[in-house]
Amino acid sequence: MSDTRAITLTVNGEPRQAMVDVRTTLVDVLRDQLRLTGTHVGCEHGVCGACTVLVDGEPVRGCLMLAVQADGRGVETVESLAPDPAHLNPLQAEFVRHHGVQCGFCTAGILMSLTAALRDNPRPTEGEIRETLAGHLCRCTGYQGMVDAVLALAGR
Amino acid sequence: MKPPRFRYDDPATVEEALDLLARHADGAKVLAGGQSLMPMLNFRLARPSHVVDINRIAALATMTSADGGLRLGSLVRQRALERSPLIRERSPLIAGAMPLVGHPQIRTRGTLGGNLAHADPASELPAVMIALGAELTVRSARGSRRLAAEAFFIAALTTALAPDELLTEIALPPWPARTGAHLLEVAKRHGDFALGGVAVTLTLDSLGRVAGARIVGFGVGPRPLRAIDAERSLVGGAPAPAAFAEAGRLAAASVDPPDDIHASGAYRKRLLGVLTARALTSARSSIGECAA
Amino acid sequence: MTPPASRTPEGGYIGAPIPRREDARLLTGRGTFVDDLEMPGVVHAAMVRSPHAHARVRRIDAQWARALPGVLAVVTASEVDDIQKPWPARMPSPVPGTTVRHGVRHTLPRDKIRHAGEVIAAVVAESRALAEDARDLVEVEYELLPVVATPAAALAPGAPLVYEELGDNVAAHIVQRVGNPERAFAAAPHTLRETFRVMRGGGHSMEGRGVVARYDEALDAFTVWDATQMPHAIRAMLAYLFELPEHRVRVIAPPDVGGGLGPKGSFYPEEALVCWLARHLRRPVKWIEDRLEHFVSAAQEREQIHTVEIAFTAEGTLLALRDVFTHDIGMYGALVSPVITACTVPGPYRIPNIHSEVWAAYTNLQPTGAVRGAGRPQGVLVMERMMDRMAETLGLDPAEVRARNLIPADAFPYPVGLWFRDGAPLTYDSGNYPELLRRALERADYTRARQEQVTLRARGVHRGIGVAICVEGVGLGPFEGAVLRLDARGRVVVTSGAPPQGQGYQTAFAQIAADAVGVRFEDIDVVTGDTGAIPYGIGSFASRVTANAGPAILQAGGTLREKILAVGGHMLEAAPADLEIVDGAVRVRGLPDRGVPLAQVARLGNGGVAFGMVMPGGLSVGLEASAYFTPSQAGYSASAHVCILDVDAETGEVTIVRYVIGHDCGNVINPLIVEGQILGGVAHGLSNALYEEAMYDEQGQSLASSFLDYPLPSAREMPRIEMFHLTTPSPINPLGVKGAGEAGTLPVTAAIAGAVEDALRPFGVRVNRMPLNPARISDLIHGR
Repeated sequence: MSDTRAITLTVNGEPRQAMVDVRTTLVDVLRDQLRLTGTHVGCEHGVCGACTVLVDGEPVRGCLMLAVQADGRGVETVESLAPDPAHLNPLQAEFVRHHGVQCGFCTAGILMSLTAALRDNPRPTEGEIRETLAGHLCRCTGYQGMVDAVLALAGR
Repeated sequence: MKPPRFRYDDPATVEEALDLLARHADGAKVLAGGQSLMPMLNFRLARPSHVVDINRIAALATMTSADGGLRLGSLVRQRALERSPLIRERSPLIAGAMPLVGHPQIRTRGTLGGNLAHADPASELPAVMIALGAELTVRSARGSRRLAAEAFFIAALTTALAPDELLTEIALPPWPARTGAHLLEVAKRHGDFALGGVAVTLTLDSLGRVAGARIVGFGVGPRPLRAIDAERSLVGGAPAPAAFAEAGRLAAASVDPPDDIHASGAYRKRLLGVLTARALTSARSSIGECAA
Repeated sequence: MTPPASRTPEGGYIGAPIPRREDARLLTGRGTFVDDLEMPGVVHAAMVRSPHAHARVRRIDAQWARALPGVLAVVTASEVDDIQKPWPARMPSPVPGTTVRHGVRHTLPRDKIRHAGEVIAAVVAESRALAEDARDLVEVEYELLPVVATPAAALAPGAPLVYEELGDNVAAHIVQRVGNPERAFAAAPHTLRETFRVMRGGGHSMEGRGVVARYDEALDAFTVWDATQMPHAIRAMLAYLFELPEHRVRVIAPPDVGGGLGPKGSFYPEEALVCWLARHLRRPVKWIEDRLEHFVSAAQEREQIHTVEIAFTAEGTLLALRDVFTHDIGMYGALVSPVITACTVPGPYRIPNIHSEVWAAYTNLQPTGAVRGAGRPQGVLVMERMMDRMAETLGLDPAEVRARNLIPADAFPYPVGLWFRDGAPLTYDSGNYPELLRRALERADYTRARQEQVTLRARGVHRGIGVAICVEGVGLGPFEGAVLRLDARGRVVVTSGAPPQGQGYQTAFAQIAADAVGVRFEDIDVVTGDTGAIPYGIGSFASRVTANAGPAILQAGGTLREKILAVGGHMLEAAPADLEIVDGAVRVRGLPDRGVPLAQVARLGNGGVAFGMVMPGGLSVGLEASAYFTPSQAGYSASAHVCILDVDAETGEVTIVRYVIGHDCGNVINPLIVEGQILGGVAHGLSNALYEEAMYDEQGQSLASSFLDYPLPSAREMPRIEMFHLTTPSPINPLGVKGAGEAGTLPVTAAIAGAVEDALRPFGVRVNRMPLNPARISDLIHGR
């Protein structure tokens, strides 16, 4: 006996519907029911940032939002950034050029945070970039490649 | 780490929410931004029978001017506070504190009321509210009451909220003339909960002497603590480094934090003293020129 | 369209900073990690873990758990009795004449629980949430036993025993000696003695552990997708527990593994349980470790306490070293880290007399293994702190004192005199430590930094400079293999056993193979981590893969090239010596129109004549080559770090002003990848220096079991790192490569400890314990 609800949300520009348990988080519904597995789950307490997606354009911890709370909202995940691996967007292309990815587990969340931040401020300084990245943990890269990627994108 | 089962309601009005809380008082938890409650649900440290999700209650998310001051709905997002020109103009202490609260991704969903109701001893906003002399409106099906912020925070993770009560509004008095404010903290990592911190306000009179001060330490005890002796020591005197240093000493003397896994009590005590003096200096600078 | 990969000026791919092929799929959310695998009918496991560190289970009652709708099974030790075989002993002591005393454990505890977080039962349900609901309903009655939660407690007389059969808690006591330390100390003009405590923590790769098992009843075989660093070792354990031949247990590391860092390089009970449950239920079973589980049950490194003494002359020349230390093995640890620590302490210095002694103790805490650095950071810390203290005692500059003791560049191969963890004599293969240090100091403007320090100090700014130089054992054997073949599409498929967790093998291996076979980088596919694709492998740990798999690929690639040219030569009626491979075809040199595409070469070479079944005379069939490279010994990389920082003496906060790294890992296959590895290692080292810290109470309870209490640095905490490379090729393998995966981690704790102590010298502060944090630094200043 568990509450379930029907939700309708826009995901990466497309309307999606799902029957969800009220206790299921947004990231689990995105991954398990909508099969958008690009977003990952790293800590389930809001610190690591791997689960970060955009809800109505703002970065949100997918592990700290119930899926039912996304009803009627617009969600953007990493899958929205490029049509396929052969056509990376400029941010992604700079990540490749500057070796901003190693294992890739933290990457999706970071790309979404950066995407939102860059919409507000397309030419961030290094300090501003690191401030946006401060809400993300990466255990592989030391972050320098990511910072360099965004600096390059910003034309600095 | 998946949440345990719970019944879920998302009322559209305050009255509906209060009715739910009244009916399920002992087993209900209010879900606002979720940045504090969701981790507890995920860890199964919280096992509410009912979750009352108040995010649909638009009436709780307003920010208005009132009598020269501000009235902030409890559901106002931290991000909104951070970006608001009204806050920047009317409450520089809040504006200065927001970048230290978590990270941008937390502030998107996190709310003012949720942060206050969670009452983590190392959290910034409770101290800020006390420093500003905020008054909190708390409602239940039984009625409404207004508390000074100081009376709202009781102990670690414990407020004056009864199980059937909802924090609805935070009222800030007008920002006095010739007033500066500053918040300083030390955390192991930027955005983490503070090892210790202080929120200060400093008001000068027309002659440039200290007319009033608030010094509120956080992370140094189970709840934010006003250093009353330190505040009093400043009144009537010049806003000078020596006075600030003395206020710092008195603030440190007023707390006796225990040791814990993150810091010794002695450190937290010293830290309060140091940060108080520095914050007062910054607060003074932000006031601008005054008749000496 | 991706432009072709760039080559070096010499025309090869090895050495070129080619951006990674892995990136596009990872950046677009198309990676395949273990939790992304979709398996029809999959069900989900949750582990019931003991909350107590040392206890017997009197009773487990799962009836309410089993009754919950959606729950398929709850199993305890009695249900899985058929796989309850004693786990084989772990790594023996590499030092002749010493033993590791092996405490016997099983998949589920038979006699008693030995750490908080140990699995005592498993639940399977239609969803993870339901499995956790059922887990809440499992009732367990414990009989608590007294706990030993530190090596000191465990080694004290009369301590409660982790393994009764051993009679005490000594997992190993290993002594190594070089020369005559006693005589050297007795005769020395100067000696110094210090005690250091170094606490580390978990791996905390962003992806935790995870395994999905599928049992095929018709074949009596398992396919196991496991986010592991060592699929072949997992296969061996599963084959042993389930009494199956190895070819009926296939272990595959998924195409993407979200970081390894050491903890994924062990075998765990969950892997066996998930397989058992898959066979029992005839449904695929998935278990994904959550962060809390990683905190309380994944392998980690904890505290070492070193009492170290050095003997030296008035000029600062080292005469002898004595290091006695304790190491916390946990309830089932490996000796890897402490042995490596012991071997790392002497570092890049000439030390003619050494006494090294480690007491590895069993405790009621989770197993320790290796976490990036694997015991080396602790060894580096100890030696570098003593070098600083020696400098201070003699009134010498710390960099100068190091320079006076460095093994000179012409002294290689350099035998240290100790046994390394691989059971071979510790012998440095190549290096140029004096040049490495000199260049690091030059790059950091060391002389000017010291002058600036004086000026700043006079203004009340507490500036400190820390220098650390270290040697790192890498490229551990016994082997790694590669199988290369030319497939029907004319592409070269490279298969190796060691799986990547972010190190970029799909790119680096393709670079080596492309040069070895002489084809384009774009024409190579790389397959890793599948025991079904290559019969033997060791795994990805210990900074060993490039140095072992690389030469194997090189060798197999060369052999494959010969076979391709033999077949191509037949088709073109030309001698192989007159042929070249260009743009996907075998061509006669100088006659670009006389060529045959590789796909056609494959058709003949792999399948015989087009219209017949007969291979042309003299041609052997099968365009495939395999090689297993066995290094004669481990290799030795080296790093020098210079850290310049300021300490706020009132708050204890540290601000890093400048951080310079010089690194020598021999020849470099891909500079982009190597730099990334170093930077990642530095972040981990920084975390060990100033942020993360494993903490347990006397009852063996973790006091920091979430990221809220266990900080890891973000981009905001990381300084910008300046890096340069020195290259002393390794003579051990034909590529001249060493290893770089862990290097960044090694000297950071030492450099930061040294810099903080240097900054606070006016206060007489002594940094003898790591990690530091603002509270500890402030307490040190105030005499605590």
